[in-house]
Amino acid sequence: MENTSSYLSTKKLSKFFGEFLALDNVSIDINAGEFVCFLGPSGCGKTTLLRCIAGLEVQSSGAIIQNSEIISGLPTSQRDFGIVFQSYALFPNLSCFQNISYGLENLGWNKKDITKRVEELLSLVGLSDHTKKYPSQLSGGEQQRIALARAIATSPNLLLLDEPLSALDAKVRVHLRQELKNFHRRLGLTTIMVTHDQEEALAIADRIFVMDRGKIMQSGTPEDIYANSRNPFVANFIGMTNFIEGKVLNKNVIEIDNKQLDFIGHGYTKGTKVLVAARPECIQLSKKTGKNIFNGTVVDVEFLGSFLRIYLETSFMPNQRLIIDKPMIGVFDKSTAIGDVLGFTMSPTYLNVYECEE
Amino acid sequence: MLGLKSKSLAADKSDKIGRVLVFVYLVLFFCFLVLPLFALMSKSMQNADGAFIGLENFAVYLKDPTLFKSFFHSLFVAFVSTVIVVFLGFLYAFALQCTCIPYKGFFKVISLIPLLSPSILAAIALVYWFGNQGVFKDLLLGNSIYGPIGIIIASVYWTFPHALMILSTSLSLSDARLYEASDALKASKLRTFFTVTVPGAKYGIISTTFVVFILVFTDFGVPKVIGGNYNVLATDIYREVVGMQNFQMGAVISIVLLVPALLAFAFDQFFRKRQASQLTSRAVVYVPKPHKMRDTLLLCYCLFITILVLLMLGMAQFGALVKFWPYNLSLTLSHYNFEVAGLGWDSFYNSIRMSLWAAFFGTVIIFIGSYLIEKMRSDKSLRDVLQMIALMPMAIPGIVLGLAYIFFFNMKDNPLNFIYATMIILVINTIVHFYTVSHLSAITAIKKLDPEFESVSLSLKVPIYKMFFRVTLPVCLPTVFDIFIYLFCNAMTTVSGVIFLYSYDTTLASVSSIHLDEQGDVAGAAAMAMLIVYISFLVRGVHTIVSTFLLKRAQAWKNI
Repeated sequence: MENTSSYLSTKKLSKFFGEFLALDNVSIDINAGEFVCFLGPSGCGKTTLLRCIAGLEVQSSGAIIQNSEIISGLPTSQRDFGIVFQSYALFPNLSCFQNISYGLENLGWNKKDITKRVEELLSLVGLSDHTKKYPSQLSGGEQQRIALARAIATSPNLLLLDEPLSALDAKVRVHLRQELKNFHRRLGLTTIMVTHDQEEALAIADRIFVMDRGKIMQSGTPEDIYANSRNPFVANFIGMTNFIEGKVLNKNVIEIDNKQLDFIGHGYTKGTKVLVAARPECIQLSKKTGKNIFNGTVVDVEFLGSFLRIYLETSFMPNQRLIIDKPMIGVFDKSTAIGDVLGFTMSPTYLNVYECEE
Repeated sequence: MLGLKSKSLAADKSDKIGRVLVFVYLVLFFCFLVLPLFALMSKSMQNADGAFIGLENFAVYLKDPTLFKSFFHSLFVAFVSTVIVVFLGFLYAFALQCTCIPYKGFFKVISLIPLLSPSILAAIALVYWFGNQGVFKDLLLGNSIYGPIGIIIASVYWTFPHALMILSTSLSLSDARLYEASDALKASKLRTFFTVTVPGAKYGIISTTFVVFILVFTDFGVPKVIGGNYNVLATDIYREVVGMQNFQMGAVISIVLLVPALLAFAFDQFFRKRQASQLTSRAVVYVPKPHKMRDTLLLCYCLFITILVLLMLGMAQFGALVKFWPYNLSLTLSHYNFEVAGLGWDSFYNSIRMSLWAAFFGTVIIFIGSYLIEKMRSDKSLRDVLQMIALMPMAIPGIVLGLAYIFFFNMKDNPLNFIYATMIILVINTIVHFYTVSHLSAITAIKKLDPEFESVSLSLKVPIYKMFFRVTLPVCLPTVFDIFIYLFCNAMTTVSGVIFLYSYDTTLASVSSIHLDEQGDVAGAAAMAMLIVYISFLVRGVHTIVSTFLLKRAQAWKNI
């Protein structure tokens, strides 16, 4: 994991707010040009981590290195980054042009260069005809794009986005996240985005850091995190997962409800209590009986367009329903009804198995 | 190797400036508020030679029946005035906020007139109406206007707008859904009034009660002019200090005056917090529907109040123009030649100068102070101390603050002694005296700004002080103007704060008015008080023009 050529890294970064530990020994590495997401539920420390990188919060211990330089002791104004906040924080009394040129004026640029740069940025975000408008005249999406243009106006080498899409309507959000991605592709700017929306993170990021209670729970590509969630928290937070309790019978077999389930062994000793995580789309209905086949009674069926979501009551998940997503290919399958008893199987390659914490 | 130990963050230049400023504010507050009050307290425990004698002065005070009686006088007039003002103010506020009477804007302006005049104006007008040679003297059935009756009527007049502002706000926050629910449950209008309107304004009423009580309890001007032999605490302080040169007893009475005011202030703060938490849920704004009988009755009521206000103002003006009341009613401007009393117009010009200084420096100091308290990133505990001290002036009666200033700045070994008996001390005293209200409105305005403006600015390498002038100040300009006007008008009309602090070269109009009255020149006193009214009107008018035309251009971004 340790990567000496990384552009930005934190080393054992911790942050206390009074007694509350917001960041717990966080060490991460981000490569130049990467689009990275800090993902986690509210209060997990993702925003605190971003604010520490920006120098808006002071870490309690640890270091931050950017471009081979220790920056954790530098004040905000001496760090190299641009930032977009959830509220955009556009200056209400300044026009779009003035908002974007705000940082440039202070650099001592002459008027002509500023105008050229601002026009360039406005066309980059596709708002060339909004020069003279004030923020209150813009839609949420337009405001976000102006905030983005303002953040990169001074050509920083790092772009920080603090929940930039949360304040928008669902449809605009999907559209703008694609734009953000395109934007990143064109500029190749190292970008960190904080979000609590796992779908957004999966869609946009090169790499995701999943956080919980001030710790990094897992980092990796979206596909990796989804398919090989390293712990129950990640498996549960990213997408949907069924958790089934079992006991290791031998190297490659788990016993669930007196039935046997094959899995790819992690070297658990016999008798270890484990949690089997199975994604709803990785469970197949089956009419056979025997090994690897389990039964459940249908308690609810939801038709969700491209797939059918089936809720089963099973003997081995007393307090939860097991969820199976069945792709709808061709005509609508009316054969599943409440009260049916269905058999299903779980393929070892798609399962994640975790040791139960006592 | 990388240092993994905690590295303290090097401060931004902006942070450093902020820190220095916080320190400066602490020093200023200590010099001009905390230490003077401390000087007052230590004075109350000294004998005439300056030796410490503990609580002996207080024992003397309690044994003196005439002095002690004033305490109950103060309580009595404050209590009765408060009851009357809360009742009258609530009806008026209800008419303005919850009914469909016409000319609401007019009635609002009328109700604010008393704010523009010194509190003594009402007392002077009452002398003309009900005094020994008053028009309606007989209406008092043999009672004298000089005494509790006069104090109460004049106090009701000048505290009315204060009550109205709080009550209007609390009524304007009433939730339409409650009225709809009450209607749907077929409650009568009267029942709705007592079950929805009154409880909704409960905290407003409580707050008004405390505010008006403090104002009347600590007021000096009105009882001075129309109190006659009816002594109250504030006039006792004045008499002990100015008349008898008994500074120790003045200090003791000041503390007797200060303690109830502090208590009332503490209660008010407590209830305000309760109200704030009550308002967090989003309410639907109530829009009143016409109701013929209610609207007619309340329109009559508002007209009645309007007539009373105009009668007060009109009589003061008439008195100022009449040659020799009540024998020669022909008009003259001779009472505006204050030379007769040996005072001249100087005090009027002094007042304007003092008010402009106080308004200008006060606005600058208060706005920057509020910004520091609200937006600085470090030194949280120091900023909390600042915030606490900034609330204190509201609880401190002007006359107490003024006396505290004498004790502190008149000390020979005080390096700040040089401001004693100058314009500077009047300006500083006025700013401190009226600090809290302006401070709170500045805080409210600054709180509305996006909390990330500073972060954005720092990320773009623009120092905070540049952003302050480019964004914060322009966005808050209406509030800044309001603070300026508030300070100016109060500086023009205040009496209690400055009565001990003026010198021969720095007499003020409001103080002159009192002295003219003392010398028996009631017409001169009325003329001087009216001058203050004119200038306040003028400044308000300019303010209105500025805010409707200039501000509209400066804040074009708002009106789109």
